[in-house]
Amino acid sequence: MRIAFLILFAVALPIVLNSTDQAFYLSFASRILIYALAATSLNLVLGYGGMVSFGHAAFVGTGAYVASIAYVEGLASAWIGWPLAVAAAALAALVIGALSLRTRGVYFIMITLAFAQMMYYLVNSMKAYGGDEGLTLPARADIGFGLDLGDDVTFYYAALCFLALAIFSLHRLANARFGRALLAIRENEARAEAIGYPVQRYKLVAFVIAGAAAGLAGALLASHGKYVNPNILHWTQSGTLLVMVILGGVGRLWGGVLGAAALLGLEHLMAEHRIGWLAALLPDYQQHASLGVGLVLLAVVLFAPQGIAGLFSRQRHA
Amino acid sequence: MVLVLEQALNGLQFGLMLFLLAAGLTLVFGIMDMINLAHGSLYMLGAFLAATLVQATGSFALGILLAIPATAVLGMALEVALLRTLYARDHLSQVLATFALILILNEAVRIVWGTDAPMPMPAALSGPVELLPGMPYPAYRLLIIAVGAAVALLLWLVVAKTRVGMQVRAGASNREMALALGVNVPRLFTFVFGAGAALCAVAGALLAPLLAVQVGMGENILILAFVVIVIGGIGSIRGALVGSILVGMVDTVGRTFLPHLFGLALPPQFASAAGPAIASVMIYLVMAVILYFKPQGLFPARA
Amino acid sequence: MRRSIWVSLAAACAIAAPAAAAAADKIKVGFISTLSGPAGAIGVEIRDGFNLALKLAGGKIGGLPSEVLVGDDQFKPEVGRQLAEKYVKLDKVDFLTGIVYSNIMLAAAPLAFDAKMFYVSPNAAPSPLAGKQCNPWFFAVAWPNDAYHEAAGQYATTKGLKSVYLIAPNYQAGKDSLEGFKRFYKGKIAAEVYTKLGQLDFAAELAEVRAAKPEALYIFLPGGMGINFIKQFVASGMSKDITLITPGFGSDQDVIRPVGEAMLGLFDTAHWALDLDNPANKKFVAEFEKEYKRLPSVFASQGYDTELLIDAAVRDVKGKIEDKDALRKALMAAKFQSTRGAFKFNRNHYPIQNYYLRVIGKDAQGRLVNKTMSTIFKDRGDAYVQDCPMK
Repeated sequence: MRIAFLILFAVALPIVLNSTDQAFYLSFASRILIYALAATSLNLVLGYGGMVSFGHAAFVGTGAYVASIAYVEGLASAWIGWPLAVAAAALAALVIGALSLRTRGVYFIMITLAFAQMMYYLVNSMKAYGGDEGLTLPARADIGFGLDLGDDVTFYYAALCFLALAIFSLHRLANARFGRALLAIRENEARAEAIGYPVQRYKLVAFVIAGAAAGLAGALLASHGKYVNPNILHWTQSGTLLVMVILGGVGRLWGGVLGAAALLGLEHLMAEHRIGWLAALLPDYQQHASLGVGLVLLAVVLFAPQGIAGLFSRQRHA
Repeated sequence: MVLVLEQALNGLQFGLMLFLLAAGLTLVFGIMDMINLAHGSLYMLGAFLAATLVQATGSFALGILLAIPATAVLGMALEVALLRTLYARDHLSQVLATFALILILNEAVRIVWGTDAPMPMPAALSGPVELLPGMPYPAYRLLIIAVGAAVALLLWLVVAKTRVGMQVRAGASNREMALALGVNVPRLFTFVFGAGAALCAVAGALLAPLLAVQVGMGENILILAFVVIVIGGIGSIRGALVGSILVGMVDTVGRTFLPHLFGLALPPQFASAAGPAIASVMIYLVMAVILYFKPQGLFPARA
Repeated sequence: MRRSIWVSLAAACAIAAPAAAAAADKIKVGFISTLSGPAGAIGVEIRDGFNLALKLAGGKIGGLPSEVLVGDDQFKPEVGRQLAEKYVKLDKVDFLTGIVYSNIMLAAAPLAFDAKMFYVSPNAAPSPLAGKQCNPWFFAVAWPNDAYHEAAGQYATTKGLKSVYLIAPNYQAGKDSLEGFKRFYKGKIAAEVYTKLGQLDFAAELAEVRAAKPEALYIFLPGGMGINFIKQFVASGMSKDITLITPGFGSDQDVIRPVGEAMLGLFDTAHWALDLDNPANKKFVAEFEKEYKRLPSVFASQGYDTELLIDAAVRDVKGKIEDKDALRKALMAAKFQSTRGAFKFNRNHYPIQNYYLRVIGKDAQGRLVNKTMSTIFKDRGDAYVQDCPMK
């Protein structure tokens, strides 16, 4: 029932926004959808797989750059650029995953972070594709069928479709044997191994799937903003994605979506709407929006570790 | 030849400063099993406090000396008030909570001080010293090397030769056992955290005249510090020292000699970009290689 | 269960609530700049200059009430771009301006161009936009990125300096800078080194300079980068043997204040100086000092001139800014008294003006200032205008 409400809301949103001349918010909504996709992919690895990856931005960034480079090199079609981005990100996830999953605990966190930083520095040095100035794309990717992704409404629906697909896939995956095995591994790896599950292989597969989805998010992000720069690979971006997942609810189906919406929405609200009493205390408080974000995040970690999804659900943490 | 020597000294200087950060970080991680991303923020606080105190007292030495206990106190307050609750939590919660702390501390510093604080170099040290005939080297950097080496020695003395140091080593090696043997764990933890903060303050204050004292200065050096302790082995001061010198050298050598190498084949803009990029990547590659052969780092403290 | 849906719907409605309709006869300006961090001193100067001019006009632009939205790009292109998107699409400003750094401007300004809005640059003016990619929506008020460097190269040639070592950060303006210098310097280039943008510790690079033993060192390191470099350069003892030349924006008040006496005797090039003798400049310097209790830098003069330009253009079209062609003509005409004297645009919307040699000395009150020594170029445009298809 509530799914129906949600779908109705999501589909109707562009129409509502367009008719009230809120073009900016349509673009903003698309951004939320893309980040929701990226956060959901991280949720698979983190929430369901129990792997604390601090390098997820590497896959988003790989997807973004491959899609952008493809476009600049003449392959303007989304049907070529985006699958290329997904494939590249999946490959990166395969390599990085295979090497990193040999370690565990903090070493895993550090190695994933290290790999992401390596990609960041490598991309930074690619002067041919902008280096640290970034790469500006003349237009969004071409999707064919007479549809123009340059139109914000069309882009929104495209992003919505991808996100819906991702959520649906995650739902099915979680309930399938693969998902159950992942959860078992997350709970107690030694026991899962003892029972006979090929732990490394399952974790790697999850890692690669998540990487591929992240790559798609990256391609969409690059196309949406028509701009990409190496900061998309920086470890602080990985941190932001982690924040989204935690905020939304680790291991919850809608964790990524809720977290992305909450974080981006919170940042925007803080910048836009002036809260009277706060302004009286600190006149330029809006320049310090990240303080609010930090406090909210801290509160969530300390008091509501199940995130927003946890607040709404009576279901105990799976 | 002079060039190589000068670059070696630069690498050493950078490495020793990294060591100050890495030492505190590795102890906190080794003993309290806590990943503290806000460690870089303590470094930033140390620098800002030093800048203010130097201005207030009019004396460079006094300002720095006062900033160290000030930062230590702030660090201990943070530990008691907040970070304690994270010891029992999993690493992910620690990562996220301390990540939140970075955001909060960055903005708090911005509100109190503004985005940066000026810290002039002491006039007496702003010139060069003739180390060898024909090789002047900035006096201030020599001071950094001297202080860094002295602190390293002091740290080793405390950890290896004193009672409290013994407790620290015991805690790093096996926390449960240390607890069972009667070590006052909460007090030890607070002390270790304070010591880590003090070390950060030394590094922050010393580097302040060279680099800019600015909000966010902790993040870049934090990553390197983590790389150092992973290379060196978590909980090991010796590992932190070896790791930081190694990283300092690789970084400096990479930044200067790689562009030369690339410059032989590529135009200057590409060589100059590729050089530092590969140098940065090299540090991570070194870490990956070391972890492959020694997954616990070079000198793991844990049994 | 139900609660969650209502909460999300309510939140969405709150976000989607239509913003207040913009008043038609108010001039809105989106001012994006780097206002924080070591790179932020320049942005603050530009903003202060801009605000001073606005204040002296009674808060009005072209006689109409105005609103200036100020945003901090934090030295990050993607933040600048997001701010630009917000100002252009959400706040629907009439002009976009303010950005200091070329890389951020190249990421953000296209949003104005796509929306058929004018971007008036108080600082960044990269060479591609002067030549092949010249844009009818772009106006550069300060100087073409190369200009100061060309003047410096010319000075080095005139002075007969035998070898020069070059350092600049690795981004568009950095590359432009050394290209500009080399265009007019006919001697030997000891080396051409590109540092990381935002790098603050130059120990390694300085060691290389020492080993190369050049006669002079030319650096383009704006903002905090330059401050640190000059301090470290002096600390290394090389300032006795190697002449340091910088473009004027690497050695103006924002750098002089933190570095201090070590800068005495340093040569630099610029299109403006405190002591330029024209009534607009005298008024500007006096008012700036009165308002902000410090001497203005060249960047402040640029911010001031930018506001005057926008003001003059709006006044010229009598407030009818919807007629973009008329507004463009008005901007081109530039009917205002600039702090640098007469102001004239080239057909690529970049200025044509004089460039001077300056030296750092002390003024009557013993303060460190840049003093004009001689004119290097008179009525110079830029090297790229011939590639520009605009008329």
